[in-house]
Amino acid sequence: MNLLDPQGPVAAANSTILVDSVFIMLAIVVPTIIAILAFAFWFRASNPKAKFQPDFVYSGRVEMVVWAIPALTVILLGGVAWIGSHQLDPAAPVPGTGSPVRIQAVSLDWKWLFIYPDQRIATVNTLTVPAGAELNFQLTSSSVMNTFFIPQLGSMIYTMNGMVTKLNLRADNEGKLQGLSAHFSGDGFPDMMFDVNVVSPLAFPEWVATTAKSDAVLNEDSYKKLMQQGIEKGRPTYRLDDPRLFDLIATQHIPPGPGPELASEAGRSHSGGHDAR
Amino acid sequence: MLGKLDWSAIPFDQPIPLIAGGVVLVGILAVLAWVVVKGHLPYLWHEWITSVDHKRIGVMYILLASVMLLRGGSDAIMMRIQQAVAYQSQGYLPPEHYNQIFSAHGTIMIFFVAMPFVIGLMNLIVPLQLGVRDVAFPTLNSVGFWLTATGALLVNLSLVIGEFARTGWLAFPPLSELSYSPGVGVDYYAWSLQISGVGTLVAGINLVTTVLKLRTKGMNYLRMPMFCWTTLASNLLIVAAFPILTATLAMLLLDRYLGFHFFTNEAGGNVMMFMNLIWAWGHPEVYILVLPAFGIFSEVVSTFSGKALFGYRSMVLATMAICVISFMVWLHHFFTMGAGPDVNAIFGIASMIIAIPTGVKIYNWLFTMYGGRIRFETPMLWSIGFMVTFIIGGLTGVLVAVPPADFILHNSMFLVAHFHNVIIGGVLFGAFAGFEYWFPKAFGFRLNDRWGKLAFWFTFLGFYVTFIPLYVAGMLGMTRRMQHYDVAAWRPWMLVAAVGMAVLTIGVICQIVQIVVSIRNREALRDRTGDPWDGRSLEWATSSPPPVFNFAFNPDVRGEDAYWDMKAHAKQQSLDHDTPEYQDIEMPRNSPTGFVCAFFATVMGFALIWHIWWMVILGGIGAFATFVVFAWRDHDEYVIPADEVAAIDRVNLEERRNLVSMAGTV
Repeated sequence: MNLLDPQGPVAAANSTILVDSVFIMLAIVVPTIIAILAFAFWFRASNPKAKFQPDFVYSGRVEMVVWAIPALTVILLGGVAWIGSHQLDPAAPVPGTGSPVRIQAVSLDWKWLFIYPDQRIATVNTLTVPAGAELNFQLTSSSVMNTFFIPQLGSMIYTMNGMVTKLNLRADNEGKLQGLSAHFSGDGFPDMMFDVNVVSPLAFPEWVATTAKSDAVLNEDSYKKLMQQGIEKGRPTYRLDDPRLFDLIATQHIPPGPGPELASEAGRSHSGGHDAR
Repeated sequence: MLGKLDWSAIPFDQPIPLIAGGVVLVGILAVLAWVVVKGHLPYLWHEWITSVDHKRIGVMYILLASVMLLRGGSDAIMMRIQQAVAYQSQGYLPPEHYNQIFSAHGTIMIFFVAMPFVIGLMNLIVPLQLGVRDVAFPTLNSVGFWLTATGALLVNLSLVIGEFARTGWLAFPPLSELSYSPGVGVDYYAWSLQISGVGTLVAGINLVTTVLKLRTKGMNYLRMPMFCWTTLASNLLIVAAFPILTATLAMLLLDRYLGFHFFTNEAGGNVMMFMNLIWAWGHPEVYILVLPAFGIFSEVVSTFSGKALFGYRSMVLATMAICVISFMVWLHHFFTMGAGPDVNAIFGIASMIIAIPTGVKIYNWLFTMYGGRIRFETPMLWSIGFMVTFIIGGLTGVLVAVPPADFILHNSMFLVAHFHNVIIGGVLFGAFAGFEYWFPKAFGFRLNDRWGKLAFWFTFLGFYVTFIPLYVAGMLGMTRRMQHYDVAAWRPWMLVAAVGMAVLTIGVICQIVQIVVSIRNREALRDRTGDPWDGRSLEWATSSPPPVFNFAFNPDVRGEDAYWDMKAHAKQQSLDHDTPEYQDIEMPRNSPTGFVCAFFATVMGFALIWHIWWMVILGGIGAFATFVVFAWRDHDEYVIPADEVAAIDRVNLEERRNLVSMAGTV
């Protein structure tokens, strides 16, 4: 999950900007730290060679330089930020080879549901994508906020109930990656890690075909069961019954997830199920 | 009768909080018993609890912060151990407990350690630096302190009665809404912050008014010590930002208590609104904390370099620039929420612009040292440690202000390392520097410098050993708030961080030993002159500890570094031995208003958390009645006769003359 080992163009651009920015700043930070230590050492009270200049308390030239150095650095970095923000806008498509793959991600308590509306399949906690293809994600949440993040593919984005966020990525090399939620979402949060299988463009249709034969069907009913709070250790796959399922979730036609079961929690967290009055 | 409260609120099945709570309870009872048996209760009541003396209130703020630092630090130790052991296992803390701990750690460290520490130092020192006898609203000051203490008490109460929030220190909805957090944890969080938030707001109003309206003769704005300027900037931010926090939490509470829909998923609630509002307070908040620390470093670097602060006017400008710009950058806390590239870029650049005045400050401290005669006393070590550490934190801060970089660093351990880098390296180092520097002023004796220096080196080293690994873990994709994890690459860094935490703990132990050793050797460390560091501003012009009226005469200020000026003149002109004419001094009477009001606020807060409505009404009426009684008071001042002022002042004057004449002969 090393950020400096990017596996796609977005992550590569993110980490290039990261590294470049660090070096731009190091160019002034390192000399400043050295100057602090050097001045502190040289002007120690016990050093008779250091010249005591108690009246050196203002210098227009020094002031100009000390305002100019950080200002110039910020102008340079501001340019990086402006251009980078526009080039790496998560909503902007990332061109790739072959036909784009649409993926609709839903964060549940506490697992990830990935819906492939065009392929009419869905998976939980595992994301399979073809290498080199444009991946466009639409994301929402069944209940609380989460953040969808595959460190080696780049840019993360929030998922929020009743709203859809957009993210475009591309994976360049076949292999296994890992993704996670980067926004705390409750007790099962650490178990929201998911596998990312980047397969060859030829293997992807095969995988779709196999998955489409799955016995399990994802529809409104099975989705409502899935969104109950809990941790999913397996990697279930589904045939997708209704390709509009994501829209039903995002527009709250399917109401948000229910949260903890009040009755079972009452003893531990004092939910007020039984008021003593 | 008791609302939601019943025996199931006490976590009999969880030994850790129960034992911790038990030990604390026994400790408190033992101290109380000792106080009562030894007959110190009247002293405590008259001299401290009801005191409206800004110095006493400042000391109590710092004491509160120190105690809470130990609580927040214990949370930190537990988290570091959990993350060190919870590799491919559940560790020793189940999620519902671990999640409370990191929420409590953040809440406590910001609201009940950093805030009271800096407010305490400002309370203690600013009136002395301004050359005045008290703050603008002495009783309100006491109310502010006791309300802050109420908040701290409620947070600690949650350890043994019920639970604390399991949502993170900013309690983001919808997780913090009733449907996903049905327990009392979020209510504890919200009511504690509502009550202490009122306390902080009145402290802010008080200090702004003090700086603007109460300055001694000749102390115009551009002669104020830098700490007074940063106090002004910081408290202006408090006055502007804390109402936002109060309003935001009020909306969350309306959602939870009365079924409103400000931030719920349903019925048009919007979580993005909460994000914006909480950070519209939250970002100024970090400058509320760090600006006073900048002021402390300015005082310390200048004093121990034996020079006036370099580029004073530039520093004033930088301070006020930070004050204003800090309100225009809040969106950088959620670049990853999907705002467009224009919005992200503009807020990213605005955030970077703050680095300019901050950088200027660093360079001005640097040039203050240039040509100085630097004495490496403990406060100076903290200051140099700060300069080096804070630059690194600034670098990583500007880095996460670049939106595309933030897209992969947001909410990661890298971010955790960044804000600890600036809050520990900036605020905490500043608080410790101020503590060491002004301790002799508050108590009349210095702290042992051997233990002080040991504390510095262990804390400094421990900081790097703890947080550099967290930077690395963030670069390896690790996000914050993980109760357990299965990624092998993260493990070694978590182990190193745990070792760092142990080193930091040794640093804290050194601080405690330092205080104990210094109290035992206080006669040897006694500061008889009131000016132990060869200081430059007016707090050193009076005795240590200062008399209740601070100054027998209002000092007459003729330039920057007022006291340095007076000392220079006193050396040139042979000492004038004419006896000054003392006059009666009027001082505000002590008042139990703050304590009584906070007592009722505690009752009301507790009752609100547990839905005990009759008790809410009782507490509300009690708190209101306290104000009414105070408003109807007849005498709020008492007179210290001129003879008494003379007797107190002459002793100090004698010591001071000896010092000056000795300095003259050297």
